[in-house]
Amino acid sequence: MKLVEGKTGSWEVVIGLEVHAQIISNTKLFSGAPTGFGAEPNAQVSFVDAAFPGMLPVLNRVCVEQAVRTGLGLNAEINLTSVFERKNYFYQDLPAGYQISQYLHPIVGKGQLKIELADGETKMIGITRLHLEQDAGKSLHDQHPNRTYIDLNRAGVALMEIVSEPDIRSPEEAGAYVRKLRSIMRYIGSCDGNMEQGNLRCDVNISVRRPGAELGTRCEIKNVNSVRFVMQSIDYEVQRQIEVIESGGSIAQETRLFDPTLGTTRTMRTKEDAHDYRYFPDPDLLPLRLTEDFVAQQKAKLPELPDQKKERFVKQYNLPSYDADFLTAERELANFYEEAAKDVDGKLAANWVMGDFSAAMNKSGGLDKVQVTAKSLNALVKLIGNGTISGRMAKDVFIDMLETGKDPESIVNEKGMVQVSDTASIEKLIDDVLVQNQDKVAEYRSGKDKLFGFFVGQTMKASQGKANPQLLNELLLKKLQ
Amino acid sequence: MTITRETVKKVAHLARIEIKDDEETQFADELNKIVAWIEQLNEVNTSNVEPLDHAVSYSLRMREDSPESNNHASDILKNAQETVLDFFSVPKVVE
Repeated sequence: MKLVEGKTGSWEVVIGLEVHAQIISNTKLFSGAPTGFGAEPNAQVSFVDAAFPGMLPVLNRVCVEQAVRTGLGLNAEINLTSVFERKNYFYQDLPAGYQISQYLHPIVGKGQLKIELADGETKMIGITRLHLEQDAGKSLHDQHPNRTYIDLNRAGVALMEIVSEPDIRSPEEAGAYVRKLRSIMRYIGSCDGNMEQGNLRCDVNISVRRPGAELGTRCEIKNVNSVRFVMQSIDYEVQRQIEVIESGGSIAQETRLFDPTLGTTRTMRTKEDAHDYRYFPDPDLLPLRLTEDFVAQQKAKLPELPDQKKERFVKQYNLPSYDADFLTAERELANFYEEAAKDVDGKLAANWVMGDFSAAMNKSGGLDKVQVTAKSLNALVKLIGNGTISGRMAKDVFIDMLETGKDPESIVNEKGMVQVSDTASIEKLIDDVLVQNQDKVAEYRSGKDKLFGFFVGQTMKASQGKANPQLLNELLLKKLQ
Repeated sequence: MTITRETVKKVAHLARIEIKDDEETQFADELNKIVAWIEQLNEVNTSNVEPLDHAVSYSLRMREDSPESNNHASDILKNAQETVLDFFSVPKVVE
């Protein structure tokens, strides 16, 4: 168990997360208005979304399918009957005065999600529920000194709220949880996971207690919009709570806001002025009843999910668990890897995808922006595998591939970059180097082992980088004996 | 169940309805009568009856996910007290 040391002893941190994930669909949860990002203000608002009198909500089938598939991806129970309720509150970006949500009867019940931690450990985090609800509109507070501007384009867009059990014990686990959940939803195609655009937002519930003691009073940090901020806000909030308790105070149950520039949290509202939502079943909507068939159809549509893919990669490509995790976090990268690893050493292909290719990907801002295709990377790994070029030469070829988009074979041919693997020519190069550096040879033989690298470097240089490094090492060792 | 003046006050606040002090007692009395009338239902033994979640027994209809292409911005904004560049403009609200 991970504990945090305070001045008066150790503390256990207890965290539960509520994730709001925007569902990928063409239209809103209860209206036919489009959901595209970046439209003109109020251009994607139907009369239902704006709560005009007499307008009735009609449920979007795709949103239900997405929620069920996501539930199945979380190994969760699908509730064949669920109920939409009204959550009542007044706010300027909520035209109806209530949000249609699910409360007592959510569409998805208990499930679980496996997270991988840095030390190679895995841990199961319980999922309490997943329910469907409408998003609210957007308030712009910074456009005018004393007016707030409202855009209802987002009002009525479908969200999944996914609530975890308080099973999370550290910022690292919280980060791993959000990343894994995001990965699963992106595999399924139910949420794009874009946290910058607010398509995935987190509420973090945190309390601290002495190990094994009763749960402490919790605070909720609202609307944290990046994995890094989730972790930062927990770090800060844990220290704050421990300091309050250790200096004789007590934690007030309240909602807090995270300030990303300061890295701190501050009070938003206390329990006394907490909302009283007066949930009740929405009279405009019947209970949603699904059939076993419907659920089975959704199950059949599920792709291979990250955990299964990871397990397969470990077996099929002989990869260490860490590599398989890295390569399966994003479906696109996993597909890329599988093509790059076709008929070559899986681990070698993994090294290239995780190393040079990922670096290039981060630099250019996405897999599809890199000029190197999976097929050409596969060809490069083949050239290394069959001894045509050395790994060292391949680095240069790869840089050329990045710049020109050419396939590795043409680059190797054009530059005459074929690895020298015949013993006689390498031995000749070594002999020359040893003759030119007799003083160093003497030093080496008298015990200065470190000079070995020098001889390797000199010989490699003399070969213009083309010598087979393994062979060079072997021959050099023999000559120096 | 009894509706007190405090409950009336709270419900009025939640519903953003302004009521005067002398109206609180009057509304409490009226609401108590309504609740008492509904409470007659408690006389029926329902321990073996499935809860009826809706008066009609259909399941919720679902529609296909095809967008309507109409931009209703001008109609949506027609009743707004104030608009700026197709936004609703309201007194500043910062929580």
